[in-house]
Amino acid sequence: MALTGSFDSDLGELQRRLVLLRIGLLLVVALLALRLWHLQIREGPYYRDLSENNRTRSVILEPARGLIYDRNGVLLANNVPSFSLYISLEDVKDREVLVDQLTQLIGLDPALVRKKLAVRGAKQLPRKVKDRLTLKEATLIESHRLDLPGVMIQVESQRNYPSGTTAAHVLGYVGEVSAEQLEKPEFAELHQGSIVGQYGVEKYFDRVVRGLAGQKSVEVDALGHEKRTVVVDQPKAGDDLYLTIDARLQKVAEELLGQESGAIVALDPTTGDILAMASRPAFDPNVLSRELTAKQWVEIVQDEGRPLNNRASQGQYPPGSTFKVMMAAAALESNTVTPSSTVHCNGGYQFGRRLYHDWKAGGHGSVDLRQALIHSCDVYFYTIGQRMGIDTIASFGRQFGLGEETGVELPSERVGILPSTAWKQKAKNEPWLPGETISASIGQGYVTVTPLQMASLIGTVANDGVTYRPRLVQSIMDRDTSQLQELPAVEKNRLKVKPEHLRLIREALAGVVTEGTATRAKSALVSIAGKTGTAQTAALRTGPEKDIPKKLRDHAWFVAFAPVDSPKIAVAVLAENMGHGGSAAAPLAKEVIETYVKLTQHASTTGRQAAAASRPGNMDIR
Amino acid sequence: MIDRVMDSREFDNFDVRFLGLVFLILGVGVLSIYSVTHDQGGSGLPFFAKQLVWIFLGTIAFFIMLMWDYHRIARLAYPAYAVILLLLAFVLFEGKTSRGAQRWIPIGPFAFQPSEFAKLVLILVLAHYYSKAPRVGWLQRVVIPGLLMLPGLLLILKQPDLGSGLSFLAVYAAMLLMVGMRSQAMGVILLFSLMLFPFAWEMMWGSLHDYQRQRIMAFVDPDYDPGGKGYHALQSRIAIGAGELTGKGLYGGTQSQLKFLPEGHTDFVFSVFAEEWGFLGVLAVLILFVALIWLSLEIAARAKDELGALLAVGVICMLCFCVVVNIGMTAGMFPIVGIPLPLMSYGGSATIMTMASLGLLLNVKRRRLSLFY
Repeated sequence: MALTGSFDSDLGELQRRLVLLRIGLLLVVALLALRLWHLQIREGPYYRDLSENNRTRSVILEPARGLIYDRNGVLLANNVPSFSLYISLEDVKDREVLVDQLTQLIGLDPALVRKKLAVRGAKQLPRKVKDRLTLKEATLIESHRLDLPGVMIQVESQRNYPSGTTAAHVLGYVGEVSAEQLEKPEFAELHQGSIVGQYGVEKYFDRVVRGLAGQKSVEVDALGHEKRTVVVDQPKAGDDLYLTIDARLQKVAEELLGQESGAIVALDPTTGDILAMASRPAFDPNVLSRELTAKQWVEIVQDEGRPLNNRASQGQYPPGSTFKVMMAAAALESNTVTPSSTVHCNGGYQFGRRLYHDWKAGGHGSVDLRQALIHSCDVYFYTIGQRMGIDTIASFGRQFGLGEETGVELPSERVGILPSTAWKQKAKNEPWLPGETISASIGQGYVTVTPLQMASLIGTVANDGVTYRPRLVQSIMDRDTSQLQELPAVEKNRLKVKPEHLRLIREALAGVVTEGTATRAKSALVSIAGKTGTAQTAALRTGPEKDIPKKLRDHAWFVAFAPVDSPKIAVAVLAENMGHGGSAAAPLAKEVIETYVKLTQHASTTGRQAAAASRPGNMDIR
Repeated sequence: MIDRVMDSREFDNFDVRFLGLVFLILGVGVLSIYSVTHDQGGSGLPFFAKQLVWIFLGTIAFFIMLMWDYHRIARLAYPAYAVILLLLAFVLFEGKTSRGAQRWIPIGPFAFQPSEFAKLVLILVLAHYYSKAPRVGWLQRVVIPGLLMLPGLLLILKQPDLGSGLSFLAVYAAMLLMVGMRSQAMGVILLFSLMLFPFAWEMMWGSLHDYQRQRIMAFVDPDYDPGGKGYHALQSRIAIGAGELTGKGLYGGTQSQLKFLPEGHTDFVFSVFAEEWGFLGVLAVLILFVALIWLSLEIAARAKDELGALLAVGVICMLCFCVVVNIGMTAGMFPIVGIPLPLMSYGGSATIMTMASLGLLLNVKRRRLSLFY
């Protein structure tokens, strides 16, 4: 070992080692180049995408929902500007810290925020966390913006119902599309935070009214500050709806029900236009269209009065004596009776070992069909019902649209029950008992109907047997073309009942008001025809009405049309637990009819002008 | 052609090529710095202008290091080292704190970073030591130089400045391998393992989970990437990769322009360049660096004495180490340590020091044929 090598040999050795340095250098640089080639060429497109995602943020531009007007152009639903809070997840460094900040700043519910942020969806789309921020909240957020990366405030249009609870069940309400809804194909073009109709016309016509969301791509810097807008795809506002409802009549109908539970449906029998559809108790769609806390929601759902239930199309009640209108037509048409054939009523009808009472102790004596309707003689209808049998009754009932959907443009319409032997076998797995036909003949027992079905039924009688599908939307204003598209009235069915039979029934129904059970519906303004009904809710009843707890009292029915000669309006009134139809329901129907008559007389001069003037709706944001 | 050259004040062909490469790389650096920072407001001179000032000062340093014979400069090694150690100690007590580390001594509007200059001084110290001391046994070859290096290293790590500390160690290791190790075989093995270390490291590092890496990094260098969870590394990889073949063009690098990639003008200037100029640009820069180092190796190979060769080797190794580690870390091959890219990253101390080192290199070449005195 040369421990003391000379400088020369040391230098030589060192310079030989330089060769290794050269080789090493080339090797390392080659590897660096290889790595860079891998990053830039092989994975280049991937990183290019990542860098694009880095710099662009998509912002959803929510469309303004179409406006909703009544038949005269009175605004029922519009949009008002409101602040919404969005969070862009990509820009959020620490979710929990952000949730804490928002909780402290504007008192958001941390659990709710976490839930919203957890909803699956396109990663680069910001999540809507809260809408209807107050101006103060929005200002607070904006002033802390630098501390809240990823938080955005957007001005959006918010659904507003200017007349509060009016026509709440018809209009419905809107809400954020739920996670379950998003899974369905009809909501495919939506995203978390989209507003959709959740009830009423808002839901049924959601696709018309909804509009199409736009999108804005903005370039942001690393702190999430917007630098410039890259692309804007403007949102398309939804189309406007013109309802068949007359807001003035609607208000009157609702006020007539007042604090009581019940429903009033008024329609034009010649077109099926629903002029008013009131259901009480009601809800405020403005409240329901807001983000409700779980507690608020439970309160509404568990409310004894079931305000979310549209009693007009979803409430199912025994029709009581109003059923006799259909029974009369069935008996005549099936030749069970002639107009002149009579039945003797002594106050009861013996069948087997059971005596079926007439509502009038002592009976009506000898009555023909007309008298039986006017005085609502139960024994007469027991008798003819028994003669016809349940299946004949059912087949006529079906012609009148009972037991099936009227086809009104509302979600979740109920159909009631039109019993038959087949129905009982299917539903109860028991044979039909002959005694049950007797109860059914006066609209008790298994029979249930909705007020809307009854309005349609009486309208059919009024309109010479032609049923128009009840409808709520008259025309649609197309946003793109500004064309008002009138929807045609749809004839749904024609009764196979001779016109003279229907005429006889109409005359009898006029008699009900002039001399029968509904004299309280007699109007000085217009001739009204109608039929009372009292639907029993409890089988066993003792003592006078006022001693019975309200919950168990009878429902009062009245179905009517006017004017008798050329009917323009058909009305069904159902007042829950209000007792007799003649006293509780008939006066309400009369009020509705009189109001309508006054309005239409007036409308022929001024109404249309008002409608024309109010249509543009400049005050609303689109 | 080099043989022909005598010691003279005139620039020869070699010098022109050498300086040409240096200024080309400097130019690329200034361009990238300008691209990242051109629309940043703020008071005072823009970064690229300041960098031009540093380059000017660096050029002066370059010629100062060229002015005297390197033997005379090497004789100042120990006093210079003493001054640097004092400055490093001073930094710990009085230095300017930035990013949690105390590295700078403010001089007027500028901040002076002694740890950068410490590297150059260490090269002088070790070259001087090895060329003078009798190298008998481990003590004199390895231990004494190690003890010489140690106070500087400790003071630098105390700041903490992991990047400079590693460069410091690299200079020592390179000197050791070139002259300290007597056994050629050992030298070869160690040299290779040093060359292969980055890749062995990557394999090992790559097999760790993210959180493990973070823990290691948090232990080694807690202040570099606070709360970022690998943010720098990812953004840098995205920037480089997004450049693809031809790049996004000048000012087109969204990663740095929109500040997703922090430190775009300093430690990550290479990523900025790679995003805007693509693989072709990157290859060009690599070739420039390789060419510069190749010329430097020529100088080392033809140095007339051991001191010259040692000085040249020290500078080359420092340069190589910084270039490889910086590019490696921006490309996600190494953990991120704060090592700037020589001649390209913005920074006064680093630019001046690198220029001075290159001046020393050229000094070795120019005195190659002069008399030993």
